[in-house]
Amino acid sequence: MARSWSVSDLETWDAAIREVVAGMNLDCYPQEFEVCDHEQMLGLMAYSGMPSHYPHWSFGKSFEQQKTFYDYGVSGLPYEMVINSNPCLGYLMRDNSLLLQVLTIAHVYGHNDFFKNNFTFGFTQAARVIEQFKAHANRIRGYTEDPSIGRTAVERVLDAAHALAFQCERNPGIRKLSREEQVEEAIRRSRPKLDAFQSIHRRPGVQTPDLQRQPLEPEEDLLGLVRDHNPRLHDWERDILDIVRQRMRYFLPQIETKIMNEGWACYTHRYIMNRIDLPQDMRMEFLVRHNQVVRPIQGQINPYHLGLAIWDDIARRDGADEEVHLLPPTEAMFQSREVDRDVSFLRRFLTPELMRKLDLFEYKTGRGGDVVVSKVSDEDSWRQVKETLIRNTGMNSVPVIKVVDTDYRSNRHLLMRHYFDGRELQLEYAERTLRYVYDLWQRPVHLETRLDGTGRLLGFDGDSFSVRTAMD
Amino acid sequence: MGATIRPYSPAESLHSDRSAGDRARHREKIREALRENIADVIAEQAIIGRSGDTIIKIPIRGIKEYRFVYGDNTPGVGEGDGDTQEGDVLARGNKPGQGQQGVGGNLPGQDYYETDVSLEEVIELMFEDLELPDLEQKALRQVLAQRTTRRRGYKHVGVRVHMDKVRTAKSRIRRKLAREHARRAESEPPPPPSGNDNRLEERFPYHREDLRFRRRIPDEALESNAVVFCLMDTSGSMDTMKKYLARSFFFLLYHFVRSRYDQVDVVFVAHDTTAREVSEEEFFAKGESGGTMISSGYQKLLEIIEERYHPSLWNVYAFHCSDGDNFPQDNETAIRLARELCQVCNLFGFGEIKPDGASDWGSGSLLSEFEAIEEPNFRALGINGRDEIWPCFKEFLSREEA
Repeated sequence: MARSWSVSDLETWDAAIREVVAGMNLDCYPQEFEVCDHEQMLGLMAYSGMPSHYPHWSFGKSFEQQKTFYDYGVSGLPYEMVINSNPCLGYLMRDNSLLLQVLTIAHVYGHNDFFKNNFTFGFTQAARVIEQFKAHANRIRGYTEDPSIGRTAVERVLDAAHALAFQCERNPGIRKLSREEQVEEAIRRSRPKLDAFQSIHRRPGVQTPDLQRQPLEPEEDLLGLVRDHNPRLHDWERDILDIVRQRMRYFLPQIETKIMNEGWACYTHRYIMNRIDLPQDMRMEFLVRHNQVVRPIQGQINPYHLGLAIWDDIARRDGADEEVHLLPPTEAMFQSREVDRDVSFLRRFLTPELMRKLDLFEYKTGRGGDVVVSKVSDEDSWRQVKETLIRNTGMNSVPVIKVVDTDYRSNRHLLMRHYFDGRELQLEYAERTLRYVYDLWQRPVHLETRLDGTGRLLGFDGDSFSVRTAMD
Repeated sequence: MGATIRPYSPAESLHSDRSAGDRARHREKIREALRENIADVIAEQAIIGRSGDTIIKIPIRGIKEYRFVYGDNTPGVGEGDGDTQEGDVLARGNKPGQGQQGVGGNLPGQDYYETDVSLEEVIELMFEDLELPDLEQKALRQVLAQRTTRRRGYKHVGVRVHMDKVRTAKSRIRRKLAREHARRAESEPPPPPSGNDNRLEERFPYHREDLRFRRRIPDEALESNAVVFCLMDTSGSMDTMKKYLARSFFFLLYHFVRSRYDQVDVVFVAHDTTAREVSEEEFFAKGESGGTMISSGYQKLLEIIEERYHPSLWNVYAFHCSDGDNFPQDNETAIRLARELCQVCNLFGFGEIKPDGASDWGSGSLLSEFEAIEEPNFRALGINGRDEIWPCFKEFLSREEA
């Protein structure tokens, strides 16, 4: 294949880019790039970019989907694929033009800086992640090849674990109380409140907390709970649950910071590309490519566009009169990229003016299946549009479901509660997922939720699925 | 320090297809799903009347990955073109793009795949467990069931994979010994040891004549002769739906026989009040007219069998599809002839096509009349709709019942 660039070209450009990167005070991990072809890129995408990853058919499915899209020209391949690891690993596609490679390199430095500095990524152990995924893959392959376990059994556990993986600890920044602390907390809460007028008030009755209850406080980490509290699981099953759990924990920050992260990388590459000395033809190509990436997509949210728009807005606040694309990241921006995630980022920086400029609107599906604009960002309803946007951002689009009791009905049934926020569960999916919960818990499972405005208790006991009206 | 840039290595890409295993497993799961839905696939009109190598696109529901998700009544947010107004309709009937596509995802839309499957592949899947029941050994064995090869002897030329190394080595040693023997006979002194090392033997390379190859001859397993009769009612009462059902049935039958048995004869007969043998195209595309005399069809079958497919030499299978709307006067003859057919056939199947909602006025049902036939190799079934074609077909040909 004829190529218009060589590795030494890339190295020259990389050196120029690094100069700018240093000048704008980005703080990056060491950077590595690997040149790959489009088949490899498809393969990498299916496995979220990890060089080694445990096998599961769902990745085969995702490969087929990507390939179908690619083959039919529905979607191109991404220019960039970058892994949150130390050193940071980025992929460049062999058949891309030189400009695209330069653009990708510049973009990747933005992600690299973000990975290293955003607080959510602080829990991902970037230095060990590649080794860790490799070890996980080896262990799961080992179980598959173990004649006493085999592929079918491993697949059964993996299927179930994947179904529940999103029911995880949402904010690793919040420290989980230990059992002792939870006990203390429960006792403290059960004590009567200090009352200045206790001599004239009737003494409130003391409710003794049930300290035997497991879990003492509702638990959102479903896989972890099953791992710790189902005595029937084999060690290898526990291990698989933990592997899936850790995988989720690793990818969680990327779900939680999609808008910020992509916006930051776009802001970075735009600054870099304007600072380095591009020949005229490459400059034209850059403008075209850049606009393709950050264009608004009607009826959807393009995280590249929304993210960049908000960063621009922050830059303008204390930026001088300079054009925003020539402005290096400001102090406020550095702060935000460190302490925010999408939800707080939107809450803090998405102003009604910006929302109007972006023409953000809320849509609903009506009775006939028509999708209708229900609210636009005007004076009266921008708050609601913003609220809806935030509720669809990151993990907020995953229902909050916590385990309340592992010994429900004193019979080791599992009771979960859906924390209803106005959005109902999709019943078919709920049923099938409950079956997976049952597969792991191996005793009847129940889920409290609301359907059509009334409280319901969904249950699966190994044979049949039931929907009952909830008692309370 | 600059970034490390690792160049593209084609070798890496060659053995980097690590998704192969997962893709294969996914394909397997799709095939399982396909097999479960095969009745639906048959019910789709799409496959009837196409040739075997046609690629058909079968929409199958993707293997879903279930998890807890919100229903589709939850509102979302999108960007507009600048003057979006409350009440604008974005899409009719289905959703616009699903917000963000991050791993967190939103509601997983119903993912329908279109798998490219060749018709042959589908047929293969469907017919895995079926065969012509009660195939008997007849006097003349002619039908080729299997074509393989087996080893017989050795030869001097051949392809590399068939080379027999042991024999080749032996023949070289034999040649070597023979030469030494000849030298001794001529009392020729052995050649002086070359170089300083006395232990070094004289090189004695392989020669083309040493090569031995396994010879393979074709091996043919023969099965008994078989002929399948497709008899269809093409009278006026067979409306489009009925014809469609009948043709679907015969289409399956035809492809089943073609895919499983290399040299089974298939004879097509169409009848209204008279019967004639027709070609395949005619059979699958013929219009309808006239009344119904089922006996005429049976008579024709008996004649053809008498003429060309004597039951002592042939396994005979006859299948008849009709709406059962026969002239009442003809029923008696029909039953008599059906009995006769049972005598000469391994299996005689009768499918009565009564689509739901088809008017029953003035029409008898042959199913009840045919109850009188007690021959064990007679099978009569009712086909009431598309979804019954496949179960019916299976019942005709399933092994267990044979």
